[in-house]
Amino acid sequence: MDFELTGEQQLIRDTVKKVCAEFPDEYWAKCDSEHRFPWDFYNAMAAGGWLGIAIPEAYGGSGQGITEASLVLEEVASSGAAMNGASSLHLSIFGMHPVVRHGSEEMKQTYLPQVATGELHVAFGVTEPDAGTDTTSITTTARREGDHYIVRGRKVWMTKALDSQRVLLLVRTTPIEKIAKRTDGLTLLLAELQRPEVTISPIDKVGRNAVASCEVVYDDLPVLVTDRVGEEGKGFRYLLDGLNAERILVAAEALGIGRAAINRAVNYANERVVFNRPIGQNQGIAFPLGEAHMRLEAAEMMIRKASWMLDDGQPCGAEANMAKWLAADAACQAADQAVQTHGGYGYAKEYHVERYWREARMTRLAPISQEMVLNYVTEHVLGLPRSY
Amino acid sequence: MKVLVPVKRVVDANVKIRVKPDKSGVDLTNVKMTVNPFCEIAIEEAVRMKEAGTATEVVAVAVGVSACQEQLRTCLALGADRAVLIETDVDIQPLGVATALKALQEKEQADIILFGKQSIDGDNGQTGQMFAALTGMPQGTFASEVTIENGKAYVTREVDGGLQKISTSLPVVITTDLRLNEPRYASLPNIMKAKKKQMDIFTPEELGVDVTPTLEVLSVEPPPVRAAGIKVESVEELVDKLKNEAKVIP
Repeated sequence: MDFELTGEQQLIRDTVKKVCAEFPDEYWAKCDSEHRFPWDFYNAMAAGGWLGIAIPEAYGGSGQGITEASLVLEEVASSGAAMNGASSLHLSIFGMHPVVRHGSEEMKQTYLPQVATGELHVAFGVTEPDAGTDTTSITTTARREGDHYIVRGRKVWMTKALDSQRVLLLVRTTPIEKIAKRTDGLTLLLAELQRPEVTISPIDKVGRNAVASCEVVYDDLPVLVTDRVGEEGKGFRYLLDGLNAERILVAAEALGIGRAAINRAVNYANERVVFNRPIGQNQGIAFPLGEAHMRLEAAEMMIRKASWMLDDGQPCGAEANMAKWLAADAACQAADQAVQTHGGYGYAKEYHVERYWREARMTRLAPISQEMVLNYVTEHVLGLPRSY
Repeated sequence: MKVLVPVKRVVDANVKIRVKPDKSGVDLTNVKMTVNPFCEIAIEEAVRMKEAGTATEVVAVAVGVSACQEQLRTCLALGADRAVLIETDVDIQPLGVATALKALQEKEQADIILFGKQSIDGDNGQTGQMFAALTGMPQGTFASEVTIENGKAYVTREVDGGLQKISTSLPVVITTDLRLNEPRYASLPNIMKAKKKQMDIFTPEELGVDVTPTLEVLSVEPPPVRAAGIKVESVEELVDKLKNEAKVIP
């Protein structure tokens, strides 16, 4: 058994750290408070070829695995960029996976190189207001008209919708009552997003304000049939292929936030003197930080295991889910303890830990809630009856 | 035109180093190691020479333990064309390194040998000069600007009290100062390409040289812990302390 990163992996990690060091906490606090997309950071990462890390070499990427991608996103988050930084890259790094796996050669040639260079932003349109995790109940439909589909419906929580030219959109092409399995009849389209038929409204939210999450309404949006990913009716299965990767990457992002939080908390606990001694000398301050660190380390082990299995071609649903649950939980605890360590100042924006705290919180909700992970584990790993 | 860039594996500048309990040296167990920052500037300058069409090949070379391959891979990712490791487990010292490099230069026949001016661990600042002396090459040390034109090297040197401009014939030894350039970050595609670039490994014996240390380290002491500052009541007290306690003014 070998826990060592390879030379390349270590170099990837060190280099991303150096690039991120040019974007300090103050940069991210400003992007967050001004609700401004971190273009300078995004462009710096694009210039270094980091967006194409998981895109095959034949289409302009570097053909690396989810292990390497997770190292990149962890470093980004742990630099203090947290989710504002990670989410600006996240979809470019892994979002096109269904196209890589199932798109036509022409589609791959057209779009993948542009995603790798950072010119093309692709959003993800799956979740709907009335069908959250119950994905097969979505009501956004596409009806065929000649060489077009006409899309009508409503999606929610679409990350980066304002800045994306295209969207990977899950639509129902066969009504649910006309199919045998609920997972059939769904189709994935690589649709144009910035069109008059599309209305995008950002949602006012707790954190990660540099990257908007939006509600998006499609009012008879035409989409070329050639912009369909793979076959009609198989979209749900194509989507499933990418879910484990997404969970592992979000877990790595959560881990990074937790690291950033502990880092700040430890520095503060060493420097802040109350009652003539550094507060870190008090076990009431020190022990919870030690505990939070151990939980992060344990989550990291699960992330590494899951990404290793995924890159090795093994089924890793359980591991990817558990990695996401453990990392989200550990990140929230670490960020909360960092706020607590700072006392009143932890609530002040100047110390940045409140931002980590706000952004860590979303990893317990997305891309899948902690509860749905528990459902998966109790049903599929432990063999208990399905509860929903 | 070939550029040879010797690089050193050193402890990362961000690591808080500790002296070993037996005072035999700095404890490097599980410590993050990196390319010496001045050597990184040398690599950057060599890569820029290649990009400008002045140089045709950039060769990175390290003398030291097998793990130096990590730092050489970093240099390949930054744009060096190939790498050479002169592998030895002995404690490397400037004279040994300069001797080994001289033997390599006889094989490589590089036109420009671009060193960092010093390494951030030992801070000896000797290797470049020793190499120049051993090979009889001209040297332009502490360079803040380098131009290669019509078979000559024009080097601006950072010297006490200002800048000195010199010109030398080739082949030349140049050592880089901090302000020569700002090294780039490796791009991901270049990190991947580095894997496939050539790395040759020789032992000092194969090159016919002896790199045995000539200096013996007797003891390594950490610097004294800095005491807290004090507040003085008046200018007179300050002047008095500067004169009689700190003895920094006569």
